[in-house]
Amino acid sequence: MARIAWREVGVGLVVPAVVIAVWQLVAQKGWVNPQVLPSPLAVVTKWIEYLLPLQARDPATQSWLGWALSGELIHDSLGSLYRVVVGFLIGGGLALPIGLAMGASARVYAWLNPLVQLLRPIPPIAYIPLSILWFGLGNPPAVFLIALGAFFPVLMNTIAGVRHVDGIYLRAARNLGASGITLFVRVILPAAVPYILSGVRIGIGTAFIVVIVSEMIAVNNGLGFRILEAREYFWSDKIIAGMITIGMIGLAIDIIMNRINNYLLRWHRGLEN
Amino acid sequence: MSDAHIVVSQVSKVFSTGERDVVALKDINLEIPRGQFVCLLGPSGCGKSTLLNAVAGFAPPSSGQITADGALVTAPGPERGMVFQEYALFPWMTVADNVAFGLEIKWMPKAEIRDTVDKLLKMLSLGDFRNRFPKDLSGGMRQRVAIARVLALDSPIMLMDEPFGALDALTRRNLQDELLRIWSELKKTIIFVTHSIEEAIYLADRIVVMTYRPGTVKRDILVDLPRLRDPAAPEFNALKRELGQLVMEEQQRHHHDELRLAAVD
Repeated sequence: MARIAWREVGVGLVVPAVVIAVWQLVAQKGWVNPQVLPSPLAVVTKWIEYLLPLQARDPATQSWLGWALSGELIHDSLGSLYRVVVGFLIGGGLALPIGLAMGASARVYAWLNPLVQLLRPIPPIAYIPLSILWFGLGNPPAVFLIALGAFFPVLMNTIAGVRHVDGIYLRAARNLGASGITLFVRVILPAAVPYILSGVRIGIGTAFIVVIVSEMIAVNNGLGFRILEAREYFWSDKIIAGMITIGMIGLAIDIIMNRINNYLLRWHRGLEN
Repeated sequence: MSDAHIVVSQVSKVFSTGERDVVALKDINLEIPRGQFVCLLGPSGCGKSTLLNAVAGFAPPSSGQITADGALVTAPGPERGMVFQEYALFPWMTVADNVAFGLEIKWMPKAEIRDTVDKLLKMLSLGDFRNRFPKDLSGGMRQRVAIARVLALDSPIMLMDEPFGALDALTRRNLQDELLRIWSELKKTIIFVTHSIEEAIYLADRIVVMTYRPGTVKRDILVDLPRLRDPAAPEFNALKRELGQLVMEEQQRHHHDELRLAAVD
């Protein structure tokens, strides 16, 4: 698994290389206005500029590392990630116990399910006006929206996971003397983990979408804010540089999640890629 | 009061499936002495697994009662350990954790659990697999783990629901011998469900042949052949022929029933 399949990597690079080459050609020939579509080279230049520190290092107040990380891009990325993490922890952290309760108890399910079914189809974006009314501006409304976006995927998958535990495990566990809390913690919960993890993965994906949108309305840093700001100044190269950064962070999160998934589900059949 | 270990008295079980009731078991009476190896034999649908599940306490009978060690069976419990055809190992636990599970939930001291697990893994030749997950094991190995898991409970009764049904012939014979060895060493009372006549004769002290719907006891015979039994011996084959006749009659009824139901549909 650790061996990199160079052939596959090579094949995967063909299409992007062609796209970039055509894009560069179009831009270079001046077929489109560079304010509408800047050249790839300009985007890369801008991206590096965006990454590097804005000011020269001030030895009195800054360490080398602090200075190296003081660029706008780093600052924006950390701001966005912070919101995703906090929002996800709140949303997922609430969804998990509620989902476990709904999955395990028909009564709790009967109480909560109608409300859940009504609220679930409302996209987090629709809560924007309310979130500003309730939480004002700054991080709180953004975190609220992200938590909301992460909440439902984790909730629905947790419920499904608990409800779909194979009866044979329950029979075996009862036969071995397990009941009540023990049965739940040692059998139902681990059996539901594959479902819960796929909910977590969808939840983080949603959180990442919502963070970009929420930054466009309520805060003044973060990748979402930055690309909207760039639009005001017609900095299309910076817009694209920001978008590429969003793509890279999203990909990184997905890879990390995949690793965690593979580790936690190392017992699971049919997961050996 | 007899000194029987398991007593099944007047047990009936009816399943209601919408419009029609299926009588799975009807007036079953069995007394199983301590340490006896009993095979329940019959074609599919004869209620042998239903009877086993009732003894295990998973599905109580519709009428009649079952006692084990003098106590009425009302729920599943570790004193009647069950080995399932589907192994039913917990896939998220390693081999050692699966075997330790029943002991951990009894809050047995850690050191004691470790000793018991070590002993059982050794007994079932699973020592090299202790940290593997079930998905990495063959069917035969998985069933060894399932047997070790039940043995860990030290339950006097072992219930086995076609445990070797999914295994290839060689692995199967291998595990049958292993089971006989364990049984003679640990003196368990075993109820073993199978539809294989040869398996029943090879293993059992006593074979209970069941009828197809309603499930009743068709024949209850003691197998008086010395162990290890030789499947090629004339006595073995005579018994096999006799039992084959009985089972085939029920299989025919099963077959006709299916045809009849298909015609109604």
